[in-house]
Amino acid sequence: MNTNMNRRRALRGMLNGVAVTVGVPFLDCFLNTNGTALASGAELPVAFGTWVQGLGFNPGFWEPKVVGKGYTNNVQFEMLNPFKDKINIFSGMKVFLDARSAMPHSTGYQVCAMGDIPTPAGSPPSLDSIVADTIGTRTRFRSIEVSCDGGVGSWSRRSATAINASEPSPVALYKRIFGPEFKDPNNASFEPDPQDMARRSVLSFVTEQRQDLVGDLGASDKARMDEYFTALRGLEQQLDLQLQKPSPMPSCTVPGNAEEAKVGADINDALANGKLHAQLLAHALACGQTRVFNVAFSGSGGGALIRIPGSTQNFHQWTHEEGIDPKLGYQPNCTWLMGKCLEGFAGMLAALDSVREGDHTLLDRIVMYYFTDNGYARLHTLDNMPLMTAGLANGRIKGGYHISATGDPVTRVGLTVMQALGVPISNWGTYSNDTSKIVTDIVA
Amino acid sequence: MRFPLALIGVATALTAATLGIAADTHTVGLRRISPDQYRQIIVDVFGSDIKIGGRFDPDSRDNGLLALGAAKVSVTQTGLEQYDGMARTVAAQVAARRELVPCKPATEKAADDACAAKFLGHVGRLLYRRPITDNELKAQVGAANAAATQLKNFYSGVELSLAAMLSSPQFLYRREIAEPDPDHSGQYRLDAYSKASKLSFLFWNAAPDVTLLAAAESGYLNTQKGYARQVDRMLASPRLEAGVRAFFSDMFAFDDFGMLAKDAKIYPQFSVEVNADAAEETLRTVVDLLITRRGDYRDIFTTKKTFLTPDLASVYAVPLPRTNLANGEPDAWVPFEYPAADPRAGILMQVSFVALHSHAGRSSPTIRGKALREIILCQKVPDPPGNVNFTVVQDTSNPVYKTARERLNAHATEAMCTGCHKITDPLGLALENLDGAGGFRTHENGAPLDTSGAMDGVKFTNGAELGQVVHDSPATTGCIVNRLTSYALGNPASSVDAEWLKTLQQNFAKDGFRIPNLLRRIALSDEFSRVTLTKTAAADSMKGSPK
Repeated sequence: MNTNMNRRRALRGMLNGVAVTVGVPFLDCFLNTNGTALASGAELPVAFGTWVQGLGFNPGFWEPKVVGKGYTNNVQFEMLNPFKDKINIFSGMKVFLDARSAMPHSTGYQVCAMGDIPTPAGSPPSLDSIVADTIGTRTRFRSIEVSCDGGVGSWSRRSATAINASEPSPVALYKRIFGPEFKDPNNASFEPDPQDMARRSVLSFVTEQRQDLVGDLGASDKARMDEYFTALRGLEQQLDLQLQKPSPMPSCTVPGNAEEAKVGADINDALANGKLHAQLLAHALACGQTRVFNVAFSGSGGGALIRIPGSTQNFHQWTHEEGIDPKLGYQPNCTWLMGKCLEGFAGMLAALDSVREGDHTLLDRIVMYYFTDNGYARLHTLDNMPLMTAGLANGRIKGGYHISATGDPVTRVGLTVMQALGVPISNWGTYSNDTSKIVTDIVA
Repeated sequence: MRFPLALIGVATALTAATLGIAADTHTVGLRRISPDQYRQIIVDVFGSDIKIGGRFDPDSRDNGLLALGAAKVSVTQTGLEQYDGMARTVAAQVAARRELVPCKPATEKAADDACAAKFLGHVGRLLYRRPITDNELKAQVGAANAAATQLKNFYSGVELSLAAMLSSPQFLYRREIAEPDPDHSGQYRLDAYSKASKLSFLFWNAAPDVTLLAAAESGYLNTQKGYARQVDRMLASPRLEAGVRAFFSDMFAFDDFGMLAKDAKIYPQFSVEVNADAAEETLRTVVDLLITRRGDYRDIFTTKKTFLTPDLASVYAVPLPRTNLANGEPDAWVPFEYPAADPRAGILMQVSFVALHSHAGRSSPTIRGKALREIILCQKVPDPPGNVNFTVVQDTSNPVYKTARERLNAHATEAMCTGCHKITDPLGLALENLDGAGGFRTHENGAPLDTSGAMDGVKFTNGAELGQVVHDSPATTGCIVNRLTSYALGNPASSVDAEWLKTLQQNFAKDGFRIPNLLRRIALSDEFSRVTLTKTAAADSMKGSPK
């Protein structure tokens, strides 16, 4: 049976080539009385995000002194106090190399994101891609990747050959999400765009050629061609959604045009772009455009190139070149930059927490996974990695815990998050980074 | 504007055999076309005034070349979204120009099989770089008709069908197909269309033109005489410049300019224009020397001749006659020759090398030395170890260590670092007369610069002399042969027959180290079109074939 043909026929039959106007009554209140679900009873969708920030923190200055519920933030994390009850901090976890060589500023990211150290021969998918397969298949964008340091790289990937590029420009991100193809979910009436209908029909003809194109390929080329057709299927789904009346999203508002901001690794530009990206992502999530997003504040392509204007060194160089101030006990410039980068993360959380949804906020139905490349960048260490989750994933994750798990693999956090989001996965990672042990304290 | 090829070409609908799914033919390569190749094909097929907007998925570098990474990259959903957007933009412009569609529909308000087939057959052949198959044409016409019916407009139908073609795998990937070699029993060779594409992307960084496609279609390209004639025709064409530019842009990693930023407070003269002009200066130098003047490749490291814009001249602090330009007109490129006494010479002392391989706020002898070893000499420098105290190395305020040499000497006392730094630093220190943005200097922090050193036992006293040492090094010519061979074949030099490479290198010397001669020898070699296909690979390939 040719399913593609059937899909096309079904589409034609459904729309019959005629623009359909669907009148939908606009509810005074979309939510139930608790604000945890739509009035229809459907749960507000859970969402997932990652935050990458290079070069970690200073050991002894970020870990809370108290373990368990109700921690007090250490000095480097004090700016996260407003969100403390929605944040979990993980200390003591490490990246295992198992005698494999490490790239000082890549391996940490890789194991946190993929559970493995990729080789030129192959790479497992990153956890956001795994999560997107579970929660991201019914949104316009399966995932959205952005960077704040001007780079186009990311740690998000489906495989070694299909790496999701980051969008560094908020203006381009705005156009992508809220350009002419955006359909406001709260519009009272809906009219499918005949152009979208026609495009959808055309794409199905391309899909039908798949067998001819994949037939005689060797294994690796076939995998690459399959990735193309997976992407094409995603594009078809995007159009399918464009042809349906979207579910109303109570907190959806369309932002004004994104401001032009200079894209680059200057810390001030990174913070400005981070703020714009955060606002756009919050709007995109509130409007149901995606349920998965990845933000590389720095380190989008490996080493963190974030820099202070006028300085001959960038952040990465500082970590290796700056002496420890004997009175302070840390590298002053590096520590200042760590704080500025964390300010970006706090800004992201503030943007999500500022979107009200009944008695709750957008941050309450999201969980973000924060990871970095080094426990202590000055020495390229891969133990005591600073990790966090932020957000409550629609009540599936509890916040306000400091988990100390010295010697455990970092993959425990990723596995816990994936399971909380409903991914059918019992263990994650390879070699000594393989774990089946979730962090039960934070699972609701 | 060149006349669009679509109006010249004649579509021929062939069978699925051209896709390599007939008995005993096998797909042996799948390479994603580069952004520049995409743009060039659009210009060649539809005209130079078609606008292309959007962002391409980043390419991937493998064994020193993006051209090799092209055989490994895939398309992500975000990437396809971008391709789709670009394709629709291009297709809308094409459909709006009725003269690009070589027939008139019976009525504009409905589908028209015959006219859609004629148009899509025309462009399909050029975009897919081979005749479009019956199945493909049927699908594209079906798509055009469906869209035309839905939108009640013939041109909207062909527009959307064309857009689908422009984001299809047949267009975005170069598929190389092997067929049995009738001259060598039991061996395989590339089929004529694959060979045509391989030649065309190598020489012109573009898809085959109608002449080359016709030679493939007639079988003339499979004859020794016909093949050699095409090779010589393409080498003699002005379009060779685009191919040579593409190769050197790839080899010199000029894609990194997209991410290059300099600190505006430290290097105020390093403007957006300088960033844009830097690679162009080197490419103009290379093309002038190697193609226009058919010079010796090694001379790119010693030449005093270059091309400058006023912005670049300001970085170099050299006098450049102003040209009279109308407001808004881009700066003209002016040929420039450094006086014999000037300490600068060769591309290693151009902004494209010294600024690209520096930090944002300072030079880096280590990064420059590493780049020279890896890019120009094809030598691998090990990655730095962990747990290193770098503090002394680059503390510019350290009163004891005023220059990079002094700082690196202090660093060399760390035993774990000495080995690699001996490989890289002497080369980079020779270029210390150029700061992190390419500006000339003789002192750092008030201390005179010592740019002397040695490369593999051969001494030099400054950057220009380093250029001469690089010029004379057998590693330099060995590297360019390896890189160009890898680039042409699409496989790392390590996978190529060592004896053949050795012969190529000897012939390169005999030919006066001329790049067009080397290109010709590579293209005319059996290795260029021979395919090594193991029985297992062939069997695997056939297993999946829908025969």
